[in-house]
Amino acid sequence: MDVLNALVLFLNFVMIPATAYGAQLALGALGVTLIYAVLRFSNFAHGDMMAFGTMLVVLVTWGLQSLGVSLGPLPTALLALPIGILGTIVLALVTDASVYRFYRSKRSEPVIFVIASVGVMFVYNALTRFVIGTDDQRFEDGARFVVKVGDFRKWSGLDEGLAIRTSQLITVVVMILTVAFVFWFLQKTRTGKAMRAYSDNEDLALLSGISPERVVRITWILAAALAVIAGTLYGLDKSFRPFTYFQLLLPIFAAAIVGGIGHPLGAVAGGFVVAYSEVMVTYAYKGVLTYLLPEAWRPEGLVQMLGTDYKFAVSFIILVVVLLIRPTGIFRGRTI
Amino acid sequence: MIRVEDLHLHFGGIRAVDGASVNIAKGSITGLIGPNGAGKSTLFNVIAGLYRPTSGKVWLDGEDVTGLSPHALFHKGLLRTFQIAHEFASLTVRENLMMVPAEQPGEVLWDAWFKPGRVRAREAEVRARADEVIDFLEIPHVADELAGNLSGGQKKLLELGRTMMVDAKIVFLDEVGAGVNRTLLNTIGDAILRLNRERGYTFCMVEHDMDFIGRLCDPVIVMAEGKVLTVGHPAEVMKNEAVIEAYLGRGLKNRKASAMGPA
Ligand SMILES: Nc1ncnc2c1ncn2[C@@H]1O[C@H](COP(=O)(O)OP(=O)(O)OP(=O)(O)O)[C@@H](O)[C@H]1O
Ligand SMILES: [Mg+2]
Repeated sequence: MDVLNALVLFLNFVMIPATAYGAQLALGALGVTLIYAVLRFSNFAHGDMMAFGTMLVVLVTWGLQSLGVSLGPLPTALLALPIGILGTIVLALVTDASVYRFYRSKRSEPVIFVIASVGVMFVYNALTRFVIGTDDQRFEDGARFVVKVGDFRKWSGLDEGLAIRTSQLITVVVMILTVAFVFWFLQKTRTGKAMRAYSDNEDLALLSGISPERVVRITWILAAALAVIAGTLYGLDKSFRPFTYFQLLLPIFAAAIVGGIGHPLGAVAGGFVVAYSEVMVTYAYKGVLTYLLPEAWRPEGLVQMLGTDYKFAVSFIILVVVLLIRPTGIFRGRTI
Repeated sequence: MIRVEDLHLHFGGIRAVDGASVNIAKGSITGLIGPNGAGKSTLFNVIAGLYRPTSGKVWLDGEDVTGLSPHALFHKGLLRTFQIAHEFASLTVRENLMMVPAEQPGEVLWDAWFKPGRVRAREAEVRARADEVIDFLEIPHVADELAGNLSGGQKKLLELGRTMMVDAKIVFLDEVGAGVNRTLLNTIGDAILRLNRERGYTFCMVEHDMDFIGRLCDPVIVMAEGKVLTVGHPAEVMKNEAVIEAYLGRGLKNRKASAMGPA
């Protein structure tokens, strides 16, 4: 019984939240990695693109709520998501046409693009804060739980309860659908193959029938859509605050690099690696150990390796270690 | 067909192309030879739009195409291969070939989703052509292999195959024969002649193998130190003192001259 209780405790506070968080990071990292593979730079504005898109979703959600539109048990945000995606695609394409295209035509070094993306990041950031402010915004509605703690206790007869929030389940389902779509797109469609070709060898792609501008456009469309989906899922799961999204940049890049930057499968794997590490390292194991260990050995402290305030240190350490030991990541990066 | 006028391309202090003027006649197979570092590949790169020249002009069929993007030149029927074979490593050989033809409807999201019939028809067409090329090059056994796994010689064949996927006007071949075995070299030579006669491709090719050049090319352009030294029939060019000095080296003079045979 104690073992089961420990397991449920662990599932409830580590596995379930980390899986949802991992799915969000995976989608974010997938966007970063696609941009890197095709446009060859690390897009520092990705976090703030997520924030901008999520802001649109929040605004549209509020609008729908005030009109009395709802999806029943599902969050209204799902209905607002396509509009947020469209708006963000427009933003990404306008940015590309007004900033990055100029440097592409000059065949600038990747570092120039990175610096330009930092500038873009500040602009997006200011735009978002100008419209919605810097505060926390909640926009989750519908049924809060799929599995409630009380119901689970009654059903299982255990002391510990297990809860699965609607937002967590939706996160995982949406992530699986999105990733499946992106992979199908890259593997099977002519456009997807053109993206992979462009990523493999830009010079050759330029000297064949592949239209570079079209490939770039499709890449931004995919990246923007992924950013808004990731941002909205994160916002539903936690809450929406522009600054948090800027901070997400670190775990997202850690995820993309752990997996092998430029490698879509790697980005997904990396998202989960980072999320599980972060949550496991910052979780206080006192409860779990109390169930598992004999009375005399029970810990008095929290048995927490790192305070949650330092959770970003985990991504940072992962990033540094990977870059030192295996810079190409789990999967060899730089191909899609 | 192609006219290059007083072309310069300087990399910092290196004058890779230093005032070259070249004419390539329609329907010809023009050879381009010269010692290593003469600027042959760089000249190709400038003509194909990969580099913008420091100064000078390139004309294609009477139209000024200087500084046009490689992509735009491709659409005008100008194709090239790379000396160091390029390939889309994570695509198969067949997919590599199928990537070449432009304006495939499957590339436009709208068409891909709303006109699947048209997309499929065009794809079947392109696939059939790719299969023809694969048969022609006698590489059906690697058709579904990832191009990144091919041998060096096979990658060269793939380079040539790419130029056969569309109806080109002029094709620049940068040492397609290098690293390819004799039998295959002859096959490639035959392929070039056939494309030239039957499809009217104009070729300009860099090659270090004098037999190969002698068999296919007329005229031959000789480059050295970024400049054009001389142009003429291969046998004549080989007798030219300046060419021997710059390219063949004095010791090789007799052997090379006899290898060329009587003109
Ligand atoms: N990207 C570059 N940057 C700097 N220098 C270059 C570059 N490309 C070529 N060069 C220089 O330009 C000169 C001409 O090079 P190029 O590759 O055109 O020679 P080539 O005639 O093709 O020689 P080979 O027969 O060996 O292929 C060389 O001195 C080379 O070092
Ligand atoms: Mg060369």
